Amino acid sequence: MTFDAKPAARIGTAILLAAALAACASKPKPTMVADAGPSGVPIPGAGTAPEAFPAPPTGDVMRGPPGSASDFIVNAGDRVYFDYDSFEVRPDAVPVLSAQASWLQRYPNVSVRIEGNADERGTREYNFALGARRAQAVADYLAGRGVNRARISTVSYGKERPIDPGSSEEAHARNRNGHTSIVSGAR
Amino acid sequence: MRLIRALTAALAALTLGAFAATPASAQVEVDIEQGVVQPMPIAIAPFNGAGATGPDVSRVIRANLERSGLFRPLDPATFIQRDLSVGVQPQFDTWKQVGAQALLHGDAHLDPDGRLRVDFRLWDVGSGQQLLGLQFTSTPDNWRRVAHKVSDAVYERLTGEKGYFDTRVVFVAESGAKVDRKKRLAIMDQDGANPSYLTDGMYPVMSPRFSPTSQEITYMQLRPSGSNIYVFNIETGRQETIGSFPGMVFAPRFSPDGKRVSFAVDREGNTDIFVMDLRTRATQRLTSDPGIDTSPSFSPDGRQIVFNSSRAGNPHLYVMNADGSGVRRVSFGGGRYSTPVWSPTGEYIAFTKQTGGTFHIGVMKPDGSGERMLTSSSLDESPTWAPNGRVLMFERGSGGSARLWMVDVTGRILRQAPYPSSGSDPAWSPLLN
Repeated sequence: MTFDAKPAARIGTAILLAAALAACASKPKPTMVADAGPSGVPIPGAGTAPEAFPAPPTGDVMRGPPGSASDFIVNAGDRVYFDYDSFEVRPDAVPVLSAQASWLQRYPNVSVRIEGNADERGTREYNFALGARRAQAVADYLAGRGVNRARISTVSYGKERPIDPGSSEEAHARNRNGHTSIVSGAR
Repeated sequence: MRLIRALTAALAALTLGAFAATPASAQVEVDIEQGVVQPMPIAIAPFNGAGATGPDVSRVIRANLERSGLFRPLDPATFIQRDLSVGVQPQFDTWKQVGAQALLHGDAHLDPDGRLRVDFRLWDVGSGQQLLGLQFTSTPDNWRRVAHKVSDAVYERLTGEKGYFDTRVVFVAESGAKVDRKKRLAIMDQDGANPSYLTDGMYPVMSPRFSPTSQEITYMQLRPSGSNIYVFNIETGRQETIGSFPGMVFAPRFSPDGKRVSFAVDREGNTDIFVMDLRTRATQRLTSDPGIDTSPSFSPDGRQIVFNSSRAGNPHLYVMNADGSGVRRVSFGGGRYSTPVWSPTGEYIAFTKQTGGTFHIGVMKPDGSGERMLTSSSLDESPTWAPNGRVLMFERGSGGSARLWMVDVTGRILRQAPYPSSGSDPAWSPLLN
């Protein structure tokens, strides 16, 4: 689209804005792109199947057969919690992570993804970095307990995937967590 | 000109004058009449001609100038003279009578070649002097952009500052439950018109930024298995990633010349800032501190970068040369600083600051001096500058209550942005063209 601007004929004294508006700019027609679908270039590292984020915990989990994901959650526990702005493994996390490590040694074909999460009392990008640190802290702990690093991947969800929608201190505390997801190899 | 001097001097007084750092309550619209400046009463007569287009154009102009907080458009129902025409001197007495200090009127024409031509005049009512006379020509379906260009011309003539109305805002349109939030890339004109989605929301997206030189947006997409940074072409709808990295990638920004993208990469729990040449794809690491280093923002001359680092313990703001050398800290207050954005005029760095449970949008000079808070609430973040460096859009609230808000650089003009639904992560385009 061209915008032509010309000084108009005027009555009396006038002060003109410099008319320098002749450049052409197309009016962009925004075109929607599908997040998962092909859009010209394959996305590195992504499969073609849609990926689902883990659902928030919904209370009691029925324990499944040994080696299953629900067996992991019930027997070991899949979530540990962190202090505000911290990525240090807390004392109360140690028994959970030890149990995770033992379970993973019992079922050596299982691979896990550690997801680091932050509460909303911080800005978005900083919280991505913080979530990544939390995920790494859990991964390092498991590796230190003998779990082969090749079985552990890490990811940060920053503050984007809270498990508690509330705004109390208790809700924030629940949202500062590292979640261990089984990604393959479970019964 | 008495009129322009009055408003320019008043604006200068607002910026430089001493006033308390934080408005008493930032939850309601600040009444500028409590401050130094009264918004200028301006009569914007419905533009003649071209069917509904003339009045539509003046309606958009009126909304733009009113939203800036610096003008008070008078109610057209009170106007006495109704037969304005370019080429004819207005009856200034009648305009003084309705309280106008400035008068804007115009004629819209559909020319024989099918193009829309808008011819307008801006008058100083008190002295009877013409301040501005211009005409814009374009295709009829571009009438909104014509209205924005008129708005920019009037704003600049009366304030001495460049306008910001012929711009767009890219942002994240949010919906759904907080624990399963849908976040789609969206774009709209700065006045809220023409909102449209750019992604389908299968995976959440965040921190979009406009290229300063092309019709492209960069943004981060989050998947359960990791993240990707894309460069998305608005005109073609095509996008490509900037490549794979061994860890989370986020916080992408273009350099002012549009040739580079700076972003953060987390590798095994350590986040650092990188920059990539978009043509060669050569990538350079700029920070190597074991702390969190993220949220880079280029200075307008492209020679420096302000960023967010936790290297001193709490998150603070640092400035470095664009090659990573010469790091120096610029924030010194007792709080947590993040989201730095260098203003397009180079004058300020805006940021988010957290003190206890309260969030603020603030500004400081690039050397760290002159820090002032502009807003205060339980969750404000992600400021973005309008291209004239005088207005910011930001995000307030979270989940279902996340909304886009605007504040000017004095902090006195605070109001919700013209997007009625849940939105976050706004980024303002340069002036179009």
